[in-house]
Amino acid sequence: MSPHISIKGETVFEILGFPITNSFIITILVVFLFSFIARYYYQEIQKEKRSLGFYGLHAMFVGLYGMFESVLSSKVTIFYSLLGSFFFFILLSNWSGLVPGVGSILIKPQVHSEEVSEVAETVPLANIEEKDDQKEEKEVHGTGKIPLLRGGTADLNTTIALALVSVFMTQLYGFKFLGPIGHLKKYFDFRDPIMIMLGPLELVQEFARIISFAFRLYGNIFAGEVLLTIVPFLLPVFFSFVVAPMFLMEIFVGLVQALVFVMLSAVFINMAVSHH
Amino acid sequence: MRLFATALAIGLGVIGPALGVGLIGSKAMEALGRNPEAEAPIRTTMILAAAFAESIAIFALVVALIIKFVV
Repeated sequence: MSPHISIKGETVFEILGFPITNSFIITILVVFLFSFIARYYYQEIQKEKRSLGFYGLHAMFVGLYGMFESVLSSKVTIFYSLLGSFFFFILLSNWSGLVPGVGSILIKPQVHSEEVSEVAETVPLANIEEKDDQKEEKEVHGTGKIPLLRGGTADLNTTIALALVSVFMTQLYGFKFLGPIGHLKKYFDFRDPIMIMLGPLELVQEFARIISFAFRLYGNIFAGEVLLTIVPFLLPVFFSFVVAPMFLMEIFVGLVQALVFVMLSAVFINMAVSHH
Repeated sequence: MRLFATALAIGLGVIGPALGVGLIGSKAMEALGRNPEAEAPIRTTMILAAAFAESIAIFALVVALIIKFVV
């Protein structure tokens, strides 16, 4: 018996040949939740008497704002919209993989995968609760079923997209604030010999940044998912006693990784928009 | 053989980050001992630095998982 671990998001169904993976579905849900929260905040801010939820959200936004202010100082208002959206989207995506039901609701995929021969309906067959006996889990895993939902950032595509947006926006802000010549001078400066050597190195660093951003986030979240899957198999008896602290740690890791992503973005943006 | 490669990848890969996280923690404690009022900023920066050091270990983990499940 082995746990079901997939390193990438699995295709649940296809629309016009465009594969819809389980990570994609939950990312769409996260986007809806994100928009809903944003709309709620916008509606509340215009009222005279505001609700308690508004102040909770507001405290988080202000705290984040102060944190960016320590890095970006006076330019924080320009970049806050981008970095704040990054933070809350990544945070929600990280935590979406921890919601009960995500990863444990299994379905038969509609597309022909290696094990599935006939096209089956997407019936959510088994909602495996934590305490379910492993006999059922075994036979469910053996029949080529895949989880319906999967954490948003537990898929490399999502994190690479986020990393690309971050690095691209850094370049864009560099062009905007220093001008094309001032920005390109960081990479191609032929006036002194040291910069001739260092310029290409910085260019390489921009690409290394994409990989490092993407793999840090993906690795952390995916490792957490693997951990939560593996631990019950190592110690089935005191299952919930072991998993509960791990679960709390994964919540913490999700928060820290979202924070790390935006703080790094903030530092790189600050480096890009300031003169040497 | 593949299990061996997986074990080596993760086992050797986490040596450096382990030392790094240990150093970060010890230096943070030292700084806290010198200046106990600065607890909040020290904690924040320590967690950030530890997350960076940890991300190297996560790279090793990703490589190990790729060896185990994909290649």
